Amino acid sequence: MTEERFDAIVVGAGMSGNAAAYTMASRGLKVLQLERGEYPGSKNVQGAILYANMLETIIPDFRDDAPLERHLVEQRFWVTDDTSHTGMHYRSDDFNEPAPNRYTIIRAQFDKWFSRKVRAAGAIVLCETTVTELALDAAGKVIGVHTDRAGSVIHADVVVLAEGVNGLLGTRARFRKVPKPEAVALAVKEMHFLPEEVINERFGLPGDQGCVIEAAGTISRGMAGLGFLYTNKESISLGIGCLVSHFAATLESPYALLDAFKNHPSIRPLLAGSEIKEYAAHLIPEGGFKAIPQLFGDGWVVVGDAAQLNNAVHREGSNLAMTSGRIAGEAIAAIKSRKHPMTSDNLSLYKAMLDKSFVLKDLRKYKDMPALLHTNSRNFFTTYPQLMSQAAQNFVRVDGTPKIEKERATTAALIKARSRWGLVSDAVRLALAWR
Amino acid sequence: MHIVVCIKQVPDSAQIRVHPVTNTIMRQGVPTIINPYDLFALEQALQVRDHHGGEVTVLTMGPPMAEESLRKALTYGADRAILLTDRHFAGSDTLATSFALSQAIAKIGNSFGSPDIVFTGKQTIDGDTAQVGPGIAKRLDLVQLTYVAKVTSIDLRTRAITVERRSEGGTHVLKSELPCLITMLEGSNAIRRGSLDDALRAARSEIVKWNAVEAGIEDITKCGLRGSPTVVKRVFAPTPREQKAVQIDTVEKAVQDVANELVTSIFAHQPALEHELSSTRSVSR
Repeated sequence: MTEERFDAIVVGAGMSGNAAAYTMASRGLKVLQLERGEYPGSKNVQGAILYANMLETIIPDFRDDAPLERHLVEQRFWVTDDTSHTGMHYRSDDFNEPAPNRYTIIRAQFDKWFSRKVRAAGAIVLCETTVTELALDAAGKVIGVHTDRAGSVIHADVVVLAEGVNGLLGTRARFRKVPKPEAVALAVKEMHFLPEEVINERFGLPGDQGCVIEAAGTISRGMAGLGFLYTNKESISLGIGCLVSHFAATLESPYALLDAFKNHPSIRPLLAGSEIKEYAAHLIPEGGFKAIPQLFGDGWVVVGDAAQLNNAVHREGSNLAMTSGRIAGEAIAAIKSRKHPMTSDNLSLYKAMLDKSFVLKDLRKYKDMPALLHTNSRNFFTTYPQLMSQAAQNFVRVDGTPKIEKERATTAALIKARSRWGLVSDAVRLALAWR
Repeated sequence: MHIVVCIKQVPDSAQIRVHPVTNTIMRQGVPTIINPYDLFALEQALQVRDHHGGEVTVLTMGPPMAEESLRKALTYGADRAILLTDRHFAGSDTLATSFALSQAIAKIGNSFGSPDIVFTGKQTIDGDTAQVGPGIAKRLDLVQLTYVAKVTSIDLRTRAITVERRSEGGTHVLKSELPCLITMLEGSNAIRRGSLDDALRAARSEIVKWNAVEAGIEDITKCGLRGSPTVVKRVFAPTPREQKAVQIDTVEKAVQDVANELVTSIFAHQPALEHELSSTRSVSR
C-alpha cells in the first residue's frame, strides 16, 4: 500500500539528481530519490573532473570529507598529428590554494559520498529501483512514477528528471526527442592503475597535485572529437570521444580509436607499466544550446545531462548538472513555500533562474560551435593539426635550409591545404562561434 | 512463528584487488555485500514466513557499516534487523562469534519471542569455515540441520520439520523437530526482489544496535580477540611457480603416442619419480 505522497521525486542519483535532492531536502521538502544502480555512482563512468565552486554553493565544506583524488595544477592542451603533439601547457602554483578550484574524482566513490549527504539532509534514497514510467493524470500532468518493484504509483507534486543523457522517461513521455546523432558524443575510457609515486614522478606532481591533458587532432581521424588524460591518485583515466554522427559516417570503431590514442608516441610513455582495470563507454550531450529540450512542464522539470546541459567547448558537464539540479531544487522549494501548485507556469521559474545563471549564458554564447565543428570537422581535426605539426617541425628542425624558405614552405602548405579564402572563412566562422 | 536469520557483511570477493607492490589484499574501497550463502537462508526464511505467518528477524555482528547489509535485508522483506556492534567484538574468530550471536539470539528470544528456526548460510565467502552455524546450535542446544537444500514441510501443530540435506553420497531426507538451526546450501532458491513498500520501509527503518551489554553478554572475555583462540600468523599471496606447465599437443596422434609422450615428459622433469616407480614395479613382479 503505497498511499503516501512526496513533495518531490528525483529520478537518478548522479550530479544533477543529488544536487536537486539535497537542495530540496535541506529546505525541508519531503523528497524521494530513486536510483537504478546498486548504489549511487555504481553506474557512473565519468572521467572525471569536479569543479569546486559549483559544489561549494551546495555543500560549502565538501573538502572536509568528499573523496577527492588530486587538485589540478596543470592543464595541457595538445594538437596532435600521428607522430607529434604541439602543446600549450598551463601550470600555476596559484592552484595550490587552500581551496583549490578543480579536482579529479572517481565518480563511483564521489557519488556515494554525495548520496550520504542527501540522506543526511533528510531525503529517502532507494537504490536498485528503476522508474519505468511517469504517471500522468488525464490532463497530462505528471503526478508520480511507476517503478520496477511490486507496488502502485508513488505520488509526488513534482518529478525531477535527472535520468542522464539517454532520458528514456522524458522521451517516452514525449517531453523531448531522442537526441540527434550529431548532438551526442560517444566516449570510451580506460582506467590505468599505476603506483602513486610513479604518477607523481612521471607528471612532476608532488603530493596530491594533478594534471590534465586534452588532445585534439588526427587522433580522432577527421571526426569532431577529443582525447583526454586525467591523473587520479593511483590511476590514470584515459579516453577519447567523438560525435556519434561521425562514428556512423566513418564507421570507425571507438575501441580502435582509443587503442591508437593509447599508442600515440606522446601518450604511450605516460602509461608505461600500468594495469588496465576498467573499460567503459558513455554518451555525452554535445549539441549545446540548440539541442536543449523543453526544461519544465506540468509537474516535472528536467536537469543535467537529461536536459543536454553540457558545454562542449569548455568540456564542462558535471558543474552544469550540479547547478541545474540546485536551481531546480531552489525553484521547487520557492514554489512550495508560496504554497503554489507545481504547474508548468509556476515551474517556469526554474528556466528563468537557469537563464540568469552561467549555465544557459555559457551555452548560448557557444550556440553555433557544435554545428561548426560538426560540419567542418576534417579541417579542424586533421588538416590544421597536421599543418601545425609541420610548421612546428619546420621551426625547430635545423638542417641548413635558409629560414626564409622554411617560412615560405609553411605558408605555402597552409594555402595549398585550405586556400586563402578557406583559411579566412574558417577563422571568421570560428571567431563568430566563439564570440 | 519467529525466525532468526544470521547474515554477515563480507567484502565482494569479485572486486578485491591485490596491492601490486606489497601483495596484500586491499580492503579499502572494496564494496561489501551480504554473504551470498546467507541470501539463500534469508529467502528460505521469508518463504517459510509467507507460508506459515510470523516474523523474520535478521541479525548480524560487525562494524557500524554492517548496517547497510541489514537495511538491504529489510528491503528484501525481513521484518526486523539487529546489529550487534561493539569494540569488544573486534577480532572474533568462529568460537567468539558463535558465542556472541547465540547470546544475542537468546536476547532476541526474550524480547520478541523465542525463535522456532535459526537460519544461517552454509558458510561465508571470506572465512569459509562453516563453523559459526553449528557453533550457535551447540550453544543454544538446538537441533542442527546443515547443508540443507530444501525445506520440504513444516507442521506447526506437531512441531515437525522435514528437510533435504545434500551430502557427498546423495540426498538425505531428514525429519526433525522445532526449534532447530538450519544452514542453507547455495542454489536452493533465488532471493526475491523486495516490494516498493518494503524498500521504503527499509529506507526509513532505524536499525536496532546492541552492544555487548545490551545483547545480554556478561562474560566479555569470551568475546573478540580475547575470546578467540585462533591466531592468524600470516596472510600472503601465493607466489606463482617458476616452471611453466608443459603442454602436449594431441592433434592427430594415437592415444598410445600421447600417453608415451606424457610419461616421457613427466619423467624428464621428475627423474626421481621414474626411479621410484620402476623399483616398485620390479618389486611387484
